[in-house]
Amino acid sequence: MSGTESHRDTSGDRTQAYWKANLRELAWLLAIWFTCSFGFGIVLAEPLNAFTFLGVPLGFWFAQQGAIYIFIMLIFVYAWRMHRVDERFGLEDDNEPDSYDLDDAGGETQA
Amino acid sequence: MSTTALTYLFVALSFALYIGIAIWSRAASTKEFYVAGGHVHPIANGMATAADWMSAASFISMAGIIAFMGYDGSVYLMGWTGGFVLLALLLAPYLRKFGQFTVPDFIGERYYSKTARVIAVLCLLIVSFTYIAGQMRGVGIVFSRFLEVDINTGVYTGMAIVFFYAVLGGMKGITYTQVAQYCVMIFAYLVPAIFISMLLTGNPLPQLGLGTTLEDGSGMTVLAKLDAVLTDLGFAAYTASERATIDVFAITAALMIGTAGLPHVIVRFFTVPKVSDARKSAGWALLFIALLYTTAPAIASFARLNFVDTVQDATYETMPDWFKNWEDIGLIGWSDKNEDGHIQYGPGNAFEGGAPTFGEERGSHGERVVTSAPTAADNEVYVDRDIMVLANPEIANLPGWVMALVAAGSLAAALSTAAGLLLVISSSVSHDLVKKTFRAGTTERQELLYARLSAAVAVVVAGYFGINPPGFVAQVVAFAFGLAAASLFPALFMGIFVKSMNRDGAIAGMIAGLGFTWVYIAWFKFWEPAANVAENWWFGISPEGIGFVGMIVNFVVAFAVARFTVKPPEKVRELVDSIRIPVRTQSNAPKL
Repeated sequence: MSGTESHRDTSGDRTQAYWKANLRELAWLLAIWFTCSFGFGIVLAEPLNAFTFLGVPLGFWFAQQGAIYIFIMLIFVYAWRMHRVDERFGLEDDNEPDSYDLDDAGGETQA
Repeated sequence: MSTTALTYLFVALSFALYIGIAIWSRAASTKEFYVAGGHVHPIANGMATAADWMSAASFISMAGIIAFMGYDGSVYLMGWTGGFVLLALLLAPYLRKFGQFTVPDFIGERYYSKTARVIAVLCLLIVSFTYIAGQMRGVGIVFSRFLEVDINTGVYTGMAIVFFYAVLGGMKGITYTQVAQYCVMIFAYLVPAIFISMLLTGNPLPQLGLGTTLEDGSGMTVLAKLDAVLTDLGFAAYTASERATIDVFAITAALMIGTAGLPHVIVRFFTVPKVSDARKSAGWALLFIALLYTTAPAIASFARLNFVDTVQDATYETMPDWFKNWEDIGLIGWSDKNEDGHIQYGPGNAFEGGAPTFGEERGSHGERVVTSAPTAADNEVYVDRDIMVLANPEIANLPGWVMALVAAGSLAAALSTAAGLLLVISSSVSHDLVKKTFRAGTTERQELLYARLSAAVAVVVAGYFGINPPGFVAQVVAFAFGLAAASLFPALFMGIFVKSMNRDGAIAGMIAGLGFTWVYIAWFKFWEPAANVAENWWFGISPEGIGFVGMIVNFVVAFAVARFTVKPPEKVRELVDSIRIPVRTQSNAPKL
């Protein structure tokens, strides 16, 4: 694995497959995002209030506490899983040069 | 030392810190001015984003709003945090890969159109100026209450400080100042919350305090007690919703999508070195934000409980100092409607026409005489929601240094947001309007000068709004989020996820979304405020939530127009391909 960055395989099929993998990650993460906030916190809040969690009615807890904790986890899970997808496709940016540094050398618009 | 002296000390120390950081991190190039050189560590950027995002509204107003709205206040909690999930998953990594300086930059290049760029600049300016006026006002209020100076002097001082570090330091100065401001702000928010949680429930974690049994021997949890006390007084239960579900849904969605479309938040992700850093950094930002946002509902319920406990059926003569101090500024008002000598607090407005007006003389109990007409409601107390966070330490009898800390924290919240907004205003003027639209030959040195000049002009305009607040500041907040949700977010989202979206579709969509949202809000807020009731709203959605519908309008119009107009050129399709992957492709690899 000694190729320089510019020799990476970024041909159509490969990047297409990578993009599909990204969309799959987005789909299930956003489904959880929607369910926990709009679902449990709003639409289903009233029936869920029949239960209590940590002494707080459950629907109210989701709306004022739980949804926020889940949001944080979703972002970190996405960052972590996407990095693994990047690696699977050989597209991880760990050794990428900083694009602003390149702009200095290579003119100002990036294709 | 007196509380005022302590406050001066804390505020002066924090200002000295910000100025010191600004001098240490001056910007020397446009790249440093716009995006801090692109070398900010993701955790530092997360803190800076948190300070940038959490404004005077989050720090001062939010807990107060929740305290008086109960469950319905959740729209702000979920709306202002859930947007970061959209930002991290749908926008930030790709926009970072695009690697330019401003949000209109992306829209202009992706839709190969100066018109699109100028529309984006317009949206950005409306959103940002709306916001910044509120920040300067927040600075003024804190100065006048805690430092006992004139509101205008407070605004001038705030302007001078922001001018100094935003104009000199640019994004680089702002970033590191915001890191310091985050620390001041979060410390100032958590200390009183922990104190009060300990006092009321014995549990030091305010987040758990909500469901913990009270120490008053009632054997009830904070929320159960609050529900019981409020329903007893004739209010709806704290945990119940008074708004239609569809409206709560739409407002939350508009706030989330608006958050993801706010330019001053998006540009923060242009400052980290890589795409993977942009993803992580959004997570850190939300973690830092959540520290405050999960504490706010606890503060809200403690404050409401304490407030009712102190005020209900007590006499004016026994009211503590904070009640009288805020009354002196006109943010609390009491009139003994039933002439029993006691204060009755209940649902409904106590006086006609919102905030009461006061006469010069004092009433028989020593209270300021309210000259506004009383309403038929039994409620005798007017209380401004914005005072809850600021008054909370006093209500709970905390020591003077805690109040001084809260004052310094609210200034940090207002100043950090104001600086971030000034930066996106100045960069969109100098970079997008001057350099990319009107004067193509601008050199880097000229551009930097234009950037500083427009930041200076923006400070003055913001200060003007702070001193002469347009009567509609509160109303236009709905504008900021609604417009960002209906105009910028869809254009950015389709620019990344819909390769076939073309110039005509994007422009038509932005104009339709913007126009629709604008007219709906303006109709109910300015032209026919009397008609602003649930029966007249479309689908039962209030002006606060209409940005969600505006976003749908934008998408529908954009797809319809794009179907019947020319496809985007090959070069743009390649651009979209390249921003979808985190590494450089051959076509945009450096020439070695």
